[in-house]
Amino acid sequence: MLSSGLTLIFSMMGVLNFAHASFYMLGAYFAYQTGLVFGFWPALFLAPILVGIVGAITERYGLRKVHKFGHVAELLFTFGLAYVIEEIVHLIWGRAPVDYRIPESLNFTLFTLFNTQYPAYRAFMMLVSVGMLAALFLVLTKTRIGMIVQASLTHPDMVQALGHNVPRVFMLVFAGGCALAGLAGVLGGNLFITEPGMAFAVGSIVFVVVVLGGMGSLVGAFIASLLIGAIQTFSVALDLSFLDLVAAFGVNIDPGSTWYGGLSITISQMAPVLPYLLMVLMLIVRPRGLMGTRES
Amino acid sequence: MREMFNTGRLLLWGGVALLFLFLPLIFSGGFSLSMLSQMGIMIIFALSYNMLLGQTGLLSFGHAVYFGLGAFVTAHAINFVEAGAFGLPISFMPLVGGMTGLFFSLILGFVTTRRPGTPFAMISLGIAEMVAASALMFTTFFGGEGGIVTNRTAGGASWGVSYGPQIQVYFLIAVWCFVSMALMFAITRTPLGRIANAVRDNPERAQFIGYNPTRVRWLMMSLAGFFAGIAGALATINYEIITAEALGLMASGNVVLMAFIGGIGQFWGPMIGAVLVTWLQSALSNFTQAWLLYFGLLFLLIILFSPGGISNLITIHLPAWRAGVVKRLMPSYGFAFLSGGIAFIGVVGVIELLYRGALFGGVHVGLTWIASTLMVFIGGFFLRRAARAVRKVWEDLSPELARWS
Repeated sequence: MLSSGLTLIFSMMGVLNFAHASFYMLGAYFAYQTGLVFGFWPALFLAPILVGIVGAITERYGLRKVHKFGHVAELLFTFGLAYVIEEIVHLIWGRAPVDYRIPESLNFTLFTLFNTQYPAYRAFMMLVSVGMLAALFLVLTKTRIGMIVQASLTHPDMVQALGHNVPRVFMLVFAGGCALAGLAGVLGGNLFITEPGMAFAVGSIVFVVVVLGGMGSLVGAFIASLLIGAIQTFSVALDLSFLDLVAAFGVNIDPGSTWYGGLSITISQMAPVLPYLLMVLMLIVRPRGLMGTRES
Repeated sequence: MREMFNTGRLLLWGGVALLFLFLPLIFSGGFSLSMLSQMGIMIIFALSYNMLLGQTGLLSFGHAVYFGLGAFVTAHAINFVEAGAFGLPISFMPLVGGMTGLFFSLILGFVTTRRPGTPFAMISLGIAEMVAASALMFTTFFGGEGGIVTNRTAGGASWGVSYGPQIQVYFLIAVWCFVSMALMFAITRTPLGRIANAVRDNPERAQFIGYNPTRVRWLMMSLAGFFAGIAGALATINYEIITAEALGLMASGNVVLMAFIGGIGQFWGPMIGAVLVTWLQSALSNFTQAWLLYFGLLFLLIILFSPGGISNLITIHLPAWRAGVVKRLMPSYGFAFLSGGIAFIGVVGVIELLYRGALFGGVHVGLTWIASTLMVFIGGFFLRRAARAVRKVWEDLSPELARWS
């Protein structure tokens, strides 16, 4: 979900957005704030729109100005923006997590599978993200709007000559990507925890997903995010280590030896490293990513 | 091209050496000494980063990896010396760090430098995350949350230098900083440095004249890793403790900020950035908790309005200085400074008030609030006009300056 927004921006504008996770965080905070006033359901729609507006302003007054200095300047701009957004969140909502909860109407167990309760809210999340992704895919590939957006990227001059406002198209695409991140924040913020550090926690994983899935590929991003999710979930549960592996071959290593520390690491301890390891491997073997079409 | 050792250049470098020598006499307090040491370390680090970003055009978000790994290996080396495993004077410990940085950047650089631009930035970020995550995993080597503690007086005194007092550490850092600066400057003048510039500007053409851009990037990255490792080793000697934070994303981001605020277009830009940022970090964080925000805002402003950084601001005024027309710029600049100052005080007021409100609760509307918000708007309004005035003066001057530049 989050990465589909990033992919949208990246593929459509060639802009890599470092502040994307910050927009995700803004989404969660906006949802919390609007949820206090209007309740969860209006917030579900309001918060992404607000984040989209913030994104549009960012594009109009920030990115468009640095655009002429090239991609590196754009990247650095969003990098600085991530700092600033995090600090502004500190300013307004403080350092402690805010009390943003799952709505009562969705807070029940949907079904029970092998003694594991499956909460309805997760199902709802899945539903919204798959629906969103399908809608996005259809809009981009099948409609006139999608055509103009795609054409603006490859042939901006021609599209301009045909009478479309290309800078505005870019602005709207960026806003759309930010709104998607905001929506992800609305959904994820109450499931996980809404705090100023959440952007930092999720930010780099999003990049891994985009690189793995292939830059500029929506389907790839979807598959990669499922893959990363699965790896993280399962690897936490597995309690195997190299030590057990060696022991299976009849070698027992003395706990006092120098190698013991390195070999006793279990897969669950390695869980945070695995996505990055996967990414580096992917870059060596297939630099384009899973479904990538473009080189860079 | 002028010859390598012309008089002007020798004078300049001699001046830098004298500056290093006499600075601790002027700022002799304990706080300023440790700050000077920190600045020296950061100058090496920022300059080594600029070898990547400024000279080869590689935007790396994982440069602290080499800094941190160099620091950790040095810490272990010092501990080995203390245990009597082998003897190496502390003065040469930075070489250990440098070699470590070189080793790891040779390996990791081989994987990452295949492609420039955005993909490189993302890959470097991924590697940085990977190393940072493994640092918390391999607790025997990285010391977990607590880090690795060393003792810089290990191995006893050699040539009467024990590195007990901070002043001796400062001179160690100063010497290494000077040597590294000179070496890095020399690298920019070698064929490799020149080709790195060519690879940055147009990799295809560099390929046409028979150079392999990937290999040039790889070499530059290894050298940058070497100097980053030296900086890391000096940090270990200076602080006598090194934690996993040193190779994390925050540290990598920090060096990006330093290099960019100082300016990546000039060789000496990152030095300004390193000095300024280090000073801001220690001075500002004493006054306000929002220093990171000011920092981010400064960074955004520089990217938006002066992408060349502070050093670029200086260089664009050089022709005006030579033409002797700086006087005519002054009135509009004064206007800009005045309105900018008002807006700045207003912004600071709003930020500080918000912070008080967020941290201690109770945002109350008072006179200070109204005053600072008003100042933001008034200052901002006049700043726009001042910017127009400055632009006009520059346009008027441009025919005269054309003869001088």
